[in-house]
Amino acid sequence: MSEITSLSLFELIKNIKEKKISSNEVAKSFIDRSEKSKKLNAYVTENFENCLKLSKDFDNKPNFDLKLPGIPIAVKDLFCTNEVRTTAGSNILNNFVPSYESTVTQNIWNEGGILLGKLNCDEFAMGSSNETSFFGNVQNPIAKDLVPGGSSGGSSSALAASLTPVTIGTDTGGSIRQPASFTGTVGLKPTYGSCSRYGIVAFASSLDQAGPMSKDVKDSSILLEVISSFDKKDSTSIDFKRNNYSSDLTRNIKGIKIGIPKEYRVDGMPDEIESLWKKGIEYAKDCGAEIIDISLPHSSYALPTYYIVAPAEASSNLARYDGVKYGLRSSGESLIDMYEKTRSEGFGEEVKRRIMIGTYVLSSGYYDAYYLKAQKVRQLIKQDFDQAYNKVDAILTPSTPSSAFKIGEKSNDPVSMYLNDIFTVPVNLAGLPGISIPAGTDKNNYPLGLQIIGKPFDEQTVLNIAYSMEEKINYKNNITDWWMQ
Amino acid sequence: MTIDLKTVKHISKLARISLEEKKAEKLADDMNSIFEFIEKLNELKTENVEPLTSIAETTLRFREDKITSNNIREKILKNSPEKNDDFFVVPKVVE
Repeated sequence: MSEITSLSLFELIKNIKEKKISSNEVAKSFIDRSEKSKKLNAYVTENFENCLKLSKDFDNKPNFDLKLPGIPIAVKDLFCTNEVRTTAGSNILNNFVPSYESTVTQNIWNEGGILLGKLNCDEFAMGSSNETSFFGNVQNPIAKDLVPGGSSGGSSSALAASLTPVTIGTDTGGSIRQPASFTGTVGLKPTYGSCSRYGIVAFASSLDQAGPMSKDVKDSSILLEVISSFDKKDSTSIDFKRNNYSSDLTRNIKGIKIGIPKEYRVDGMPDEIESLWKKGIEYAKDCGAEIIDISLPHSSYALPTYYIVAPAEASSNLARYDGVKYGLRSSGESLIDMYEKTRSEGFGEEVKRRIMIGTYVLSSGYYDAYYLKAQKVRQLIKQDFDQAYNKVDAILTPSTPSSAFKIGEKSNDPVSMYLNDIFTVPVNLAGLPGISIPAGTDKNNYPLGLQIIGKPFDEQTVLNIAYSMEEKINYKNNITDWWMQ
Repeated sequence: MTIDLKTVKHISKLARISLEEKKAEKLADDMNSIFEFIEKLNELKTENVEPLTSIAETTLRFREDKITSNNIREKILKNSPEKNDDFFVVPKVVE
């Protein structure tokens, strides 16, 4: 048998069920590899000892009917985990130990998953390169000093480096799909309302969604099946009939109509992205899909809309960090002074910038000009997709306008950093499901991804298209373990 | 439109974030470049468009008005930076 850490989730489950390997052996293998991979800085908090103990408990009393029988899984440090430190990548939550569990992670433990550790991310998930984390940069296992994408950068790094078999991230404007694209892995953002937001540190509540990240499409379907659930504790959780995503997975997509939006041919897009997209269209045709040109006329307004809506919601959500009930407190002469110093010392630059933008666009006299305007444009963006879906079943685009960039390359220019999310943000604004799958490499051999966007609640079609294209593309990551030398 | 230093300081008061002078200047620059980018929305006429506030097209659910958790005072106070037995403690607010 090949090395345990290189097995897919599907293969691990199969081997555990057939008693060829034990949960404890699996846990040991991933922990051993994680220990040798500290240079990647993927973990914020390790849960290794506890993981070993729980894996032994599983082996002593195995339940092979579970969907994730004794599988160790590391998760983004944005999910609250009971009695395990949860930082959201921020100094203000450096010592925060939740006394409750997020629904999404609880669903994983209920199906036999075991917490391996908490993974680095941009502070409060605000970033596209993992450079805003209080706990430092994360290395992309693809090459030295390359960003792993963000905000789920610790997740994408740990996954691509085989420190965890699968992982979960959160996606507000592309934070699952962009890091997946940068690391040659698969990342799925489900429909808004599919996965509960309960216990996820809030960034922008009308956009935030949790989703699976994995090495192949089948693994994402297994994990989505576990984490997607209706939850009374989340007021925007939606009660709809969920598929058995993994058993319903099929490569038969004959006759499926896939739209190609002309507005995604943006100015200055590198030729390699354009040619990747063209190749993707050919692969989709080979799989039996019908390709149809479509128009999403308001696409170019998505990013400006996002940079009003998301900071506005963030400024409101982050008002709770006041140094009183939990988190960091700085000393001040008065209550107000304490608030101001706590928030100044507790938040990093990008988070402060977004709180300031959000406070400004919500402030008296500016609300209509910015926030209301953005909500109206958001309606137009959603209507674009509604109209497109009268003609097609799904939409194919590049995931990102470039491959992974170097650490430090874009950190001084917020707008150029924001442009990373140009193809992913519209999907969040319209609440749709979207997946990024690895589809090729650029001239440096860095991975590039393609995005498949679906109709609301139609994760199955998105997965099926991804599953059949994946077989044709036959992408393999070339990970050299350079960080271990 | 440009955001001047005075506005930045006013916003930082509203956001309860203390700002050093030098940082305020940098922030004004950043905010101006971001708003320049945001101004693009003014190209669109939106008088007759309904704002989209939530993508989940459901009315909010009601639940029974009853207590579902008991005796969690300790858990709630556990993460507080300063507390006494039963309360969060803050700097004095009345003279």
